[in-house]
Amino acid sequence: MTPALAVTGLTVSFATDRGVFRAVDGLSFSVAPGETLAIVGESGCGKSVSSLAIMGLLEGNARVGGDLRLAGQDLLAMTPEARRKLRGADMAMIFQEPMTSLNPAFCAGNQIAEVLALHRGLSRHAAYEEAIRALDQVRIPDARRRAAQYPHQLSGGMRQRVMIAMALACRPKLLIADEPTTALDVTVQAQILELLDELKRETGTAIVLITHDLGVVADHAEQVVVMYAGRAVETAPGEAIFTHPEHPYTIGLLGAAPRLDGPRGRLASIEGTVPDPMHRPPGCGFAPRCPFAVAECTVTDPALTMLAPGHAAACLLAPLEAA
Amino acid sequence: MTALLEAYDLVKHFPVRDAIGRKRGAVHAVDGVSLSVAAGETLAIVGESGCGKSTLGRLLLGLIPPDEGQVRFGGEELTQLSPAALRARRRDMQMIFQDPYASLDPRQTVQDAVAEPLRLHRIVPRAGEIARVASLLTRVGLSPEHARRWPHEFSGGQRQRVAIARALASGPRLILGDEPVSALDVSVQAQVIELLRGLISEMGLAFILISHDLGVVRQIADRVAVMYLGRIVEEGPSEALLAAPRHPYTRALRAAVPGGGRRAAPVSGDVPSPINPPSGCRFHTRCPHVEDICRSVVPPLADGVACHLADRLPPFAAVVDRQPNARLVRLQSRFRPQGDAA
Ligand SMILES: Nc1ncnc2c1ncn2[C@@H]1O[C@H](COP(=O)(O)OP(=O)(O)OP(=O)(O)O)[C@@H](O)[C@H]1O
Ligand SMILES: Nc1ncnc2c1ncn2[C@@H]1O[C@H](COP(=O)(O)OP(=O)(O)OP(=O)(O)O)[C@@H](O)[C@H]1O
Ligand code: SF4
Ligand SMILES: [Mg+2]
Ligand SMILES: [Mg+2]
Repeated sequence: MTPALAVTGLTVSFATDRGVFRAVDGLSFSVAPGETLAIVGESGCGKSVSSLAIMGLLEGNARVGGDLRLAGQDLLAMTPEARRKLRGADMAMIFQEPMTSLNPAFCAGNQIAEVLALHRGLSRHAAYEEAIRALDQVRIPDARRRAAQYPHQLSGGMRQRVMIAMALACRPKLLIADEPTTALDVTVQAQILELLDELKRETGTAIVLITHDLGVVADHAEQVVVMYAGRAVETAPGEAIFTHPEHPYTIGLLGAAPRLDGPRGRLASIEGTVPDPMHRPPGCGFAPRCPFAVAECTVTDPALTMLAPGHAAACLLAPLEAA
Repeated sequence: MTALLEAYDLVKHFPVRDAIGRKRGAVHAVDGVSLSVAAGETLAIVGESGCGKSTLGRLLLGLIPPDEGQVRFGGEELTQLSPAALRARRRDMQMIFQDPYASLDPRQTVQDAVAEPLRLHRIVPRAGEIARVASLLTRVGLSPEHARRWPHEFSGGQRQRVAIARALASGPRLILGDEPVSALDVSVQAQVIELLRGLISEMGLAFILISHDLGVVRQIADRVAVMYLGRIVEEGPSEALLAAPRHPYTRALRAAVPGGGRRAAPVSGDVPSPINPPSGCRFHTRCPHVEDICRSVVPPLADGVACHLADRLPPFAAVVDRQPNARLVRLQSRFRPQGDAA
């Protein structure tokens, strides 16, 4: 089966006053239709930049390299015009704060209708009726009445549903959700994540879910990419990342998240900070913070190496401990 | 344990006005809250956005006056104090905020930021300031050299350490942290949690932790008060409350925390508006157990829970989170500082 999205060796460099730096360095993964791939990692590791590169939404100072394929189509070979046409139709993105991407001057129904009119050439009336169906599909009660409301009249959870309805209105092959529930309350977050799971089953849309919450990954992703300082340090099936993590950074991250059960012990502490992207140390980027590091780690840059089917890690010492 | 801080029946409503200034109702931010904290104890206040946690925090420290109710600190009633006496009390009660970027003045060096409370409360003579700031910085895991730097030169976690040093400067007896680690990445969050936990126990501080993150609460707090739309719906020791929550809202909150496997969302609908909140039990619009009485009669907080059906609810279906296996536990132990006992 052709993957909905295949990313191979994605690089993104930015020209800044301080010089050129690589925000994303050789990222590879693929997602099948109806599947969720989660990208996790700490602030600044390149999650949003990667998704904007896939969408073709990066600003002028960015240079994108590698190979990006949406259902087999070569995205980087397309004209900007052709990519613009894909956005909203074949690929869509939702963000953390729905208010920034909703137009305050249009009611929910008209915003969705506009997308439908643009990409599916529906008449105004037909597009509005379809928009109501889209709102209904994201389980908004009383969709016809809600369609007539403006963004400021909707709660945060409701706005995020409108964003999802708009993103899915044209049945895209790929949906990128960048921290879609971070701004929401946990009881509402649970509803939105459940909704995304149901919709991907119904529509076969592939989802790239960006999050910093490992709990969200555990419950909702078939595959995970753990990023550190612009690179994938581990990629694994959703389950394996929790039962058998191989990269020291992943292991530290899992131990740093406070748990709700089991003994209330001390949290794992990943000492130090992420390296300055302008001055990447030689060898492994995690070596200065890694409690497993040996002399070799500060010299040799580890490549992402396959350890088991679908499971790879970029660590010279992997597999860490045969279990 | 004798209480250091006690609050009785606190009420705070904010008027809501329309475009031409007519009063159009009120936000019931805090609506009849009583609680207490003892020296050496950590109390967490949890609940979702807008439920009144920050407003309650500001009431407890006497930063805003309540519409009704009282706050007592060390037996003294804050609401009766003169503004000058209240300012002097601030020495004993300090606050740490969520946003380490906003809580420090960008035009102040770290030295000045941490020395400010020392001067304000005349704690050390000027000549002793540098040494005192150096010892406070060391205490929060920074080094004395950091004193000469500016806030923008620090990462989020380091700024939060500076904010903690500043809060400790006046030698307070109580610290209130309003989402003190919510803006930090998980690995940095863990560092700051461990720091706070150590300081609280070494110094015997009373600590009030405002948080929406139950995992963080479990790490730090002895006792938890759960708020929903301006009221405390459940209160108790943190381990017991999180393992076996009794109020339907606490149960929903607990079950909604991701990480326990794929499952149906525990409750539907959004949190109602705190303007004209629901009658009776404020959770009745989303509660899976609702009965007629819930819609009209306010359930009192009795024996730690405010629910009419508390004695009749089915036992809480425990959420079993993933346990780390033996290999993972072994590998994770490498991430604890050397010579640092669990
Ligand atoms: N337009 C730009 N010009 C220069 N640098 C940029 C630009 N956009 C992003 N960056 C930098 O690229 C790096 C990766 O940023 P990115 O937004 O992808 O992080 P992230 O993983 O999404 O973090 P967060 O979890 O905070 O959202 C950061 O160092 C960021 O400062
Ligand atoms: N000064 C004010 N004037 C009017 N309304 C206010 C004021 N301060 C708070 N409110 C309202 O009171 C309610 C409670 O707010 P509060 O900030 O205490 O909530 P919170 O639980 O701290 O929420 P969050 O988790 O989002 O910080 C909210 O509806 C808020 O909009
Ligand atoms: S009082 Fe009624 S509505 Fe409120 S939580 Fe208990 S059962 Fe639910
Ligand atoms: Mg981002
Ligand atoms: Mg608040």
